[in-house]
Amino acid sequence: MTPSRNALSGPLHDVATDAGYAAPPERVGFFTDTSVCIGCKACEVACKEWNLVPEDGLQLTGMSYDNSVALGADTWRHVAFIEQTAPPAVPEADGDIRWLMSSDVCKHCTHAACLDVCPTGSLIRTEFGTVVVQEDICNGCGYCVPACPYGVIDQRPGDGRVFKCTLCYDRLVDGMEPACAKACPTESIQFGPLDELRERAAERVQTLHDAGVAQARLYGHDPDDGVGGDGAFFLLLDEPEVYGLPPDPVVTTRDLPDMWRRAATAAFALAVGATVSFLGRRP
Amino acid sequence: MVPEAEFRSYYGRPVIKGPVWKTPDVPVYLFAGGLAGTSAVIAELAAWTRRPALERASRVAAAGGALIGVTALVHDLGRPERFLNMLRVFKLTSPLSVGSWILAPFSGLAAAAALSALTGTLPRLGRAAGVGAAALGPAMATYTAVLFADTAVPAWHEAYPELPYVFAASAAAAGGAVGLVAVPLDESAPARRLAVAGGATELVVERVMEGRLGFVGEPYREGRGGRLLKAARLLTAAGTLGGLVTRRSRVGSAAAGVALLAGSLLTRFGVFEAGRASARDPKYTVVPQRARLTESA
Amino acid sequence: MAEAHPVGFQWVMEAKRRGATVIHVDPRFTRTSALADQYVPIRAGTDIAFLGGLINYVLENEKDFREYVVAYTNAPAILREDFEDTEDLDGLFSGFDPQHNTYDTSTWQYAGAEAASDRRDTESDTGAAAENKNKESGRGDRMGAAGAVSARPELDETLQHPRCVYQVLKRHFSRYTPELVQRVCGITPEQFRIVAEAITRNSGRERTTAFVYSVGWTHHTVGVQYIRTAAILQALLGNIGRPGGGILALRGHASIQGSTDIPTLFNLLPGYIPMPHAHAEQTLDSFVGSDAGTTGYWGNMRSYVVSLLKAWWGDAATADNDFCFDYLPRLTGNHATYQTVMDQIDGKVLGYFLPGENPAVGTANARLQRAGLANLEWLVVRDLSLIESATFWKDGPEVETGEMRPTDIGTEVFFLPAAAHTEKDGTFTNTQRLLQWHHKAVEPIGDCRSDLWFYFHLGRIIRDRLADSTDERDRPLLDLTWDYPTEGAYDEPSTEAVLREINGWGPDGRALSSFTELAADGSTRCGCWIYCGCYADEVNQPARRKPGSEQSWVAPEWGWAWPANRRILYNRASADPTGRPWSERKAYVHWDEDSGRWTGPDVPDFEPNKRPDYAPPDDARAEHAIGGAEPFIMQSDGRAWLYVPTGLRDGPLPAHYEPQESPVANPLYTQQQNPARETYVHPLNRYNPSAAQQGSQVYPYVFTTYRLTEHHTAGGMSRGLPYLAELQPEFFVEVSPQLAAERELEHLGWATLVTARSAIEARVLVTERMRPLRLDGRIVHQIGIPWHWGPNGLSTGDAANELVSAALDPNVHIMETKAATCDIRPGRRPRGPALLELVEDYRRRAGVSERTGTEGATTR
Repeated sequence: MTPSRNALSGPLHDVATDAGYAAPPERVGFFTDTSVCIGCKACEVACKEWNLVPEDGLQLTGMSYDNSVALGADTWRHVAFIEQTAPPAVPEADGDIRWLMSSDVCKHCTHAACLDVCPTGSLIRTEFGTVVVQEDICNGCGYCVPACPYGVIDQRPGDGRVFKCTLCYDRLVDGMEPACAKACPTESIQFGPLDELRERAAERVQTLHDAGVAQARLYGHDPDDGVGGDGAFFLLLDEPEVYGLPPDPVVTTRDLPDMWRRAATAAFALAVGATVSFLGRRP
Repeated sequence: MVPEAEFRSYYGRPVIKGPVWKTPDVPVYLFAGGLAGTSAVIAELAAWTRRPALERASRVAAAGGALIGVTALVHDLGRPERFLNMLRVFKLTSPLSVGSWILAPFSGLAAAAALSALTGTLPRLGRAAGVGAAALGPAMATYTAVLFADTAVPAWHEAYPELPYVFAASAAAAGGAVGLVAVPLDESAPARRLAVAGGATELVVERVMEGRLGFVGEPYREGRGGRLLKAARLLTAAGTLGGLVTRRSRVGSAAAGVALLAGSLLTRFGVFEAGRASARDPKYTVVPQRARLTESA
Repeated sequence: MAEAHPVGFQWVMEAKRRGATVIHVDPRFTRTSALADQYVPIRAGTDIAFLGGLINYVLENEKDFREYVVAYTNAPAILREDFEDTEDLDGLFSGFDPQHNTYDTSTWQYAGAEAASDRRDTESDTGAAAENKNKESGRGDRMGAAGAVSARPELDETLQHPRCVYQVLKRHFSRYTPELVQRVCGITPEQFRIVAEAITRNSGRERTTAFVYSVGWTHHTVGVQYIRTAAILQALLGNIGRPGGGILALRGHASIQGSTDIPTLFNLLPGYIPMPHAHAEQTLDSFVGSDAGTTGYWGNMRSYVVSLLKAWWGDAATADNDFCFDYLPRLTGNHATYQTVMDQIDGKVLGYFLPGENPAVGTANARLQRAGLANLEWLVVRDLSLIESATFWKDGPEVETGEMRPTDIGTEVFFLPAAAHTEKDGTFTNTQRLLQWHHKAVEPIGDCRSDLWFYFHLGRIIRDRLADSTDERDRPLLDLTWDYPTEGAYDEPSTEAVLREINGWGPDGRALSSFTELAADGSTRCGCWIYCGCYADEVNQPARRKPGSEQSWVAPEWGWAWPANRRILYNRASADPTGRPWSERKAYVHWDEDSGRWTGPDVPDFEPNKRPDYAPPDDARAEHAIGGAEPFIMQSDGRAWLYVPTGLRDGPLPAHYEPQESPVANPLYTQQQNPARETYVHPLNRYNPSAAQQGSQVYPYVFTTYRLTEHHTAGGMSRGLPYLAELQPEFFVEVSPQLAAERELEHLGWATLVTARSAIEARVLVTERMRPLRLDGRIVHQIGIPWHWGPNGLSTGDAANELVSAALDPNVHIMETKAATCDIRPGRRPRGPALLELVEDYRRRAGVSERTGTEGATTR
C-alpha cells in the first residue's frame, strides 16, 4: 500500500517529514535485544536519574524480580522477568528453567495513537521521529492514556500531567545517546538509526535461529503492522503477551474515519428523528 | 467465533491502561452533553412550532446541561487551570479536540439562547444563538461515542460501529424526557414521541451491539458494567413504555421522564465501567488479537 | 557474575557472542544462569567434591595437558615417605595434632627439602579466645612461595614413581567419581559428564578454559582449598598463564584487591610482605632471612622491605638503625577481625575505626559484632549515611530484645560523614590487578571528607600534639614522612602524591619504573613494590584511558596492572619449554632468538633476556635460581604447585569436608568438617549440630547467602537510595515450591528463619529456580538468603548475618557465609524478649552446647 501524506495507518517511511519537518535527521530508535538482557535494571536507574523521574513504589510484588511492575508515568524503562520451567525430558528429572528478561519502553510508534488523540497539541513528533510530551502544554485530560495500544503513557499522581519516555530528546539534540542505552552493559538496548537497527535485528534473529533458538522473533519491527512499525522494537524469545505486550496492536486512529462517518450519520438521524417528532397536528 | 479459553499474560496484569478519567465526571458529562445537544434541537423546533413551554424548558436543559458538562470536564482535567489549552489546536484525529470545538461554541450559544429566552432581552440575537446551538446539538450527542471508541479499550473500540447510535438514541430519550418532566401535556407530545423513539432505538441497538461483540462484549453483560447497564435497560424500558401510556397523566409522564433520564445516565456509567473492566483484564486484549494472528497465519 | 558484576559480565556476553560456552554452577538459578549455556545446580559447600570429580575425570582419562604438566607443574616432584593422605587416615593428613587442631606440616614436604619458615607459633591467647584453637602457625599469607623450600625436589618426569605428586594426586581423588559427585553435590552424572567433556575438549594446545568465581568459593571454612582445587584442575589442563585461561576471582568490593595490595589486613605489609612478629624476627636480617626463599623473586625481599621503610620514615631510616625496622608495629597473635571482636567482648579493645564497614549487619554473626561494638570506649564510624554500626546503641536488635540498654552502653560513638568515590580522586584496583584512576567529579558536601583527608589530618594533629615529646615511643610517629601537599578549600592531600610515593623514587628523586630497580641499601623508596612502575616516567599510569580500538587486544595502555603492567601472570607458560607458543592460536609470549628476548603483546612475566635453555648454577639466588623453562617465578621451584608442600594449614591437597553446619554426613571420610578450621566458643556463637549428630534435624535445611544486582553488600550504599530501594524493596528469602509445601510457606507471605545464633523474618518468594537436590537417598532443600538488609534506610529488614556463625578458614580467617543450616517456618518472628526465647527453645531441642560443632577431628 503506498503511503500517502497524512495517512493514519500503514507503512510510513518518513514520519518526521510527514509531521512537517523540512529536513529532519534520520529517524532513530531502540532495538532491544532481550536475548542478551541480564536483568540488571541499569536502564531503569539511568533513566530515572537523567530524567528526574520520581520513585514509584516500595512494595515487594512477588512477580519474580520485577518490582517496577509496568511502564507508567514514573517508570519509563521497565524490566520484565518471566520464570518458565519446561516439562522434564524424563519423569523424575527436573525440567530446564528459562528466565526471560526484557526491558520494555515506549514504542514511539510510527502511527502513535497518543499523539493522534492529544487535544492540546502537547504530544508531538520530534525531528528525530520520536514522540514526546510537551509538559508545559499538557493539561492532563488523560485521553492519551487509554489510547495507547501498549499501555505506556500514564498520568502522574499529584502532578496531573502525563509522562513517558522521551527517548532522551534533550540528549539527542546534543548528539548523545539515550541514558538507558548508554548504561546497558550488554548492549541489549541498542540505539541508532532505525533502518540500521532493523537490519542488525534481522541478522541477529537469523543467528539465533541458526543456533537453534527457534523461539526468537522480532516484535514491532514491521512497517506493515497495525501501528506502522515501532521506533522502539524488540527481539523476544516467546510470544509478546508473555511479556505483557499486545500480540497484534493496532493504532486506534486507523478506524477513526469510519467512526466519524457513523457519528455523523447518527447525528443526522437524531436531527431527522427530532424533526419528525414535531410533524403532524398538535398536540 | 469462539475465542480460546487459554491465553497467556504477564502475571495477569493489564496490557493497556484503562482511562484515568474520573467518575462521575466523565459519565455525567456524556449524559449532560447528550441531553443538552438534543434539548438545543428540541428548543428550536419548539420555537418554530410555537410551543413556548417546551422551548423554555429545552433551552434551560441545553444551557444547564452544557454548564454541567463543561464543569465536569474541567474538573476532570489533571491541570484544570490549563483548560483553555484545549483550544490551542483543532485536530480531526482527536475526538476530544473536535469535541472541545463543538462544546465551547455550543455552551456559549446555548447559554446565550437560554438567557435571552428567560430574560426576554435581545430576542433576535438569542434566537440566532439558539439556531447555532441546535446546529451543533446532534454532534454534541454523538461525538462522545467516538471519544470512547477512539481508544485501545477493547469494549469501546470494538463497539464503534454501534456506539454512536446508542449514544444518539440515549440522548434523544433524555432530551425528550425533559419535556415529559417539565412541560405541560399539551406541548410535550413531540418530546414524548422523541423520547419513546429514542428509548426503543437505544434498547434495540444496544442488543445488536452486544450480540456482535461476543467475547469482548462480556463486560457489558457481567460485573459492575453489566449491572449498571441492566439497570439502565430496565429504566429505559420502563420509561419508554411509560411514555407510551401516560399521554394523559402529567405525573405519569414525569415519572416516565425521570426513568428515561436515569436510564440515559446509567447507560453512560455502564459503558464507562464496562470499558474499564475490559482494559483491566488482559484477556480482552490478548485473546482477540491472538485469534486474529492465528487466523491470518 | 551477572548479579554481582553486571558491568563486568558484558565481557562474558561478548565471549558468548564470539562462540564461547558459558557454564554456571551455583546453588541457585540466578540471572547468570539465565544467560548460561548450561546451569548446574549444586549443594552449597560441595564444590571441592565437584572440582575433585573433574580432576579425577581428567586424571583417569588422561585428559591432562601432559607436556605442560610435566614441565611446568610439580607433578613429577617426589614426596617424603612419611606423608599420609586423607585416603590413608580417613580424612586427615599426616601430622594432625588433635590437641590444638593444627597440623605439623613437616611430613608434607618434598623428599629431601626443608621449608624456609615452618614454625608452629605457640603464642597464647587470652580471655574469650583462650578456649579457642586459633594459633599463628606458618605464614601462609603471601602470594607465591609462602614459606619457600630451600632445595629443589627430586623429580620423576615419567610420573610413575608411587610418591610423585601426580600419583599421589590420582590416588587422593580416586574416589571422586561421578557417582560420588552426585551423592555429595546433587549433580547428576549426565550434568557432570557434559561439564567434564566441555572443559577437557576446550583445553590443551589449541584451546583454553577459564574459571570465574567470587565469594561463593571463598566464604567457606575450606575456602582456600576450593581455590586450590580449581588451581589443580586448571594446572592439569594447562590453563594457567595462557590467554583465555586462568582462575579469575571477582571481588566483593570495587577495590578489595587494592585493600590487600596496600593492605588493610592485620598480617600484611604492602606488597604481601608479612607483618613482623613481636617475639621473633627482632632484626631486619632475621625478618628478611626467615621469609625470603633463596629462589624466586622473593629472594629480593630485603630490597622491597628497605624501600618500604624508606618510604615511610624517609631520612630517619638509615642502615645504622636497620632502616627504622623497629618502628614497625608487630603482631603478638591473631589480630584478625573475628579475634578482634572476641577481644572487644573481653574488654581488651578500647577503640575502633569503621571506615566504610558495617559489621553490625554486614559481618557474620551480627549479634557477636554488636556485642563487641557495645564494649568499647570509643568508636569512630565514617560512612555516607548513618549505618547500623553507628546507631546500634540506640535502636539495634539488642535494644529491642532488652539485652542492651542505651544507658548501659559505654561506647562513645563518633560519626563522621564520608565523601563518596565521585567526590575524591583515587584508584580502584580490581581483580585482574588493574589499577584504574578515578577523578573527582564534584566537591563533597557539608562536612563530608575523604578517608585520605581524615587520616592525613588525624596524623597531622597527633604529630602536632606530640611535637615536643621526648618519649622514644613517639619517634615512629614523629619520624614518619608526612608531607603530602594539600590543595583546595579543605586542604585535601594530593592523591597523586600518595600514588607517586607508592610507586617510589630512586636516589635522583625520579619516579622508578620497575621493582627490579629497588635496592637494599636505602637508596630507593617505594611504598609498595608490586605497584612500582605505576607512576613511571612521572606519568599517572592508572589514569590512562586509551580506547581498546586504538591499541592491541591486550590493551596495555588502559590503566596499569601490577606488577610491571603485566596483564597475564606467569605468561611464560603460554610458550613451551623451548620458548615456542603451544599453538599459533594461543600464542601470547614467546622467545625471539634473533633479538634474544621474550616478546609478545604483553609484558613477559619472565626476565626479558633469560634464554629458554638457561640452567641455573647450584649456588644461584633469587630470580637467577629460576631456570629458563620455569614459568612460575614466584614459586621457589618455578613450578605450579598441584600439591602444596608448605604454606597451608589444612592440607597440601584439597579434600571434601562438609561445611561447619550441614545436614549431610561426609560421604567421603569420617572426618566431617575441616579439622583445622577456626571456631569460637562463645555464648553468642553457638553452632548447630551437624549431619548425624543428635539435634541436627532441628535445623534441617541448607541456607546460602548471596547478593542481588540491585543492592550492595549490607545495603548501606543502596537501601537509602529511592531508585535502588524500589527495585528490591523488601528482604525476602527464596524457597522451592516443594520446601514451601513442606513448611507451609506462602509466596509473598512471611517466614521466620532460626539458627543457634538468632532468628530473623523475611518475605517468601516461592520459585522453581530453587531446586531440591536428590542426593544420597534423600532430598536436601536449600534456602536462598540475600544479605543486603538491616534496620536503617529506606528499605529495611532483618540482616541475614544474624543467622551466620563465626567459623573461619584457617589460612585466611575468612568466615563461612555460603553454606550453613537453619530451620524455616511460616509467620513473622517474635519481638522483644520473646525472640530470645524462640532461639533458646530451638537450642534446647537441638541439644546445642558450647561444644557443639567445635570438634576438630571427628569420629562417627
